[in-house]
Amino acid sequence: MRPDLEIIQQWIAPNSKVLDLGCGDGSLLHYLQTTKNVHGIGLEIDETNIQHCLDRGTNVIEQNLDEGLSNFQSGSFDTVLLAQTLQALSKPDHLIDEMLRIGKNGIVTFPNFGNWKSRLYLASRGRMPVSKFIPHSWYNTPNIHFCTVKDFDALCTQRNIKVLARTVVDLEHQGSWYMKAWPNLLGEIAIYHISKDTD
Amino acid sequence: MPDSIPTDSVGLVTPQVYKFDEPLTLRSGKVLPKYELVIETYGKLNREKTNAVLICHALSGDHHAAGYHSKNDSKPGWWDSCIGPGKAIDTNLFYVVSLNNLGGCAGSTGPASINPETNKYYGPDFPVVTVRDWVSSQLRLMDRMEIPEWAAVVGGSLGGMQVLRWTISYPDKVRHAVCIAAAPKLSAQNIAFNEVARHSITSDRDFHEGHYLEKGTYPKQGLMLARMVGHITYLSDSAMRAKFGKSVSNFEKDTAENFGRDLRSGKLSFGFDVDFQVESYLHYQGERFSENFDANTYLLMTKALDYFDPTVDFEGDLSKAFANSDCKFLLMSFSTDWRFPPERSREIVSDLLKVGREVSYLEIEADQGHDAFLLPIPRYIEALSGYLQRVHQENKSDAP
Repeated sequence: MRPDLEIIQQWIAPNSKVLDLGCGDGSLLHYLQTTKNVHGIGLEIDETNIQHCLDRGTNVIEQNLDEGLSNFQSGSFDTVLLAQTLQALSKPDHLIDEMLRIGKNGIVTFPNFGNWKSRLYLASRGRMPVSKFIPHSWYNTPNIHFCTVKDFDALCTQRNIKVLARTVVDLEHQGSWYMKAWPNLLGEIAIYHISKDTD
Repeated sequence: MPDSIPTDSVGLVTPQVYKFDEPLTLRSGKVLPKYELVIETYGKLNREKTNAVLICHALSGDHHAAGYHSKNDSKPGWWDSCIGPGKAIDTNLFYVVSLNNLGGCAGSTGPASINPETNKYYGPDFPVVTVRDWVSSQLRLMDRMEIPEWAAVVGGSLGGMQVLRWTISYPDKVRHAVCIAAAPKLSAQNIAFNEVARHSITSDRDFHEGHYLEKGTYPKQGLMLARMVGHITYLSDSAMRAKFGKSVSNFEKDTAENFGRDLRSGKLSFGFDVDFQVESYLHYQGERFSENFDANTYLLMTKALDYFDPTVDFEGDLSKAFANSDCKFLLMSFSTDWRFPPERSREIVSDLLKVGREVSYLEIEADQGHDAFLLPIPRYIEALSGYLQRVHQENKSDAP
């Protein structure tokens, strides 16, 4: 399993209802179904991934996240997941609002553009960073809304979103004390567990 | 039939007739005192009786879904592309049951059958049957066949509506519902096309108010016209362009298409006869259909479509209809289907989600319009196959 998914699954309660936005090949949902008896539905647009989901027996709906989630009822899921998809959305802030309308809580993971490697790349070369983690050139990237850990924190504050937990990890998804100390500088992948701030 | 039976064909099949003497009260309130259903089965029912799959046919379909009736058949059953050993609906794994619905004209009791009370053809006196009535009769068939539950109920178009009705009326009898290219109910445009078809039949001078069989005739022109109109709605603009745009003139080669305007004889006639291939094709389709289909059945089937609306018992709310539909759903639609376009399937998906049902949905890119559900489109077949493989796997893991 992709290591960020390993971390995510710890935040998902047994027997809960999970909506996975951009569920890929359905491996996480399948894992949650078999180990935690989770009732899951995934949304996906890639045909190959959708077929993998069907082959696994994971519920999958062909739906483009950019066209909205109005077909999902408020409060109809316990957890809504958005793993490594935020940066590819046309209105990421709107989708996060939607996640917290549909789910009691949300889990978001994204590549942290504030990582020192990205900063160094841009500062030293003067060009948009291209790396193993962000392997696209600026003109053909699906990633149109990169953000940093600080940016996401600011969005949460502005939208009254409560951060229940935040983890940053490197590409091997290892956390460390120094990443905890300087998440925006050292973290490569940010993982947030969020809910609506009802206080 | 081809010279030898293909290895992925169910081969030669023989229909069976089931007779029912217990009266069936129809949605209209009328009662059908007794009736017969003609069916075909493919594959074997397993010992646990957990591998039965019901196929529900669409407007002009019947029980002959796969294989051949005789060595002289030029074509196999209507869904042979999907049903057979190793095919998407794999007869090595499943026991497939396919029937001709009540009111049909392929062997089940319908307007062209003899009414035992009068010893004449039922004709127009055959009661209007609805999707709900079909599903009630299918339930009786199931009981008679001693099938406790369907591993899956599968159907496209009007067949998909029967699938939905199964999940609403008899949710505990269905484990998986596969509903392809269907709609939660017909739109005004859909009904309008059906009315044109019906009017062309009823206004044919050989219709005789439905009593044509007694007069030894049938409304051939009306049926032809009905089918021609219907056929246009089954195809997409792009499918027609491709089908009738094969001979590209030098002048049109630059654009690599001629909008499907192939001529029949290479030149215009400057008269009112058939000039274009598409015209001749529609005439041929209409003619062939009119020789094999009963006009009263066509009227009944289109009415069943028009009347289909599972929300009538649920305050107009489809999601409430699915409140107890505790099976898993697979829905599929086709991009160029303008009869039951993808939005109509999405409506069903939304209502299923509203009540927390387990559902998968695919929108298949295909040029062939509504007809796509009968065609071997790779992504569609792969999805159906993958889904049903899981149904089979579940079966195995649930077995005692």
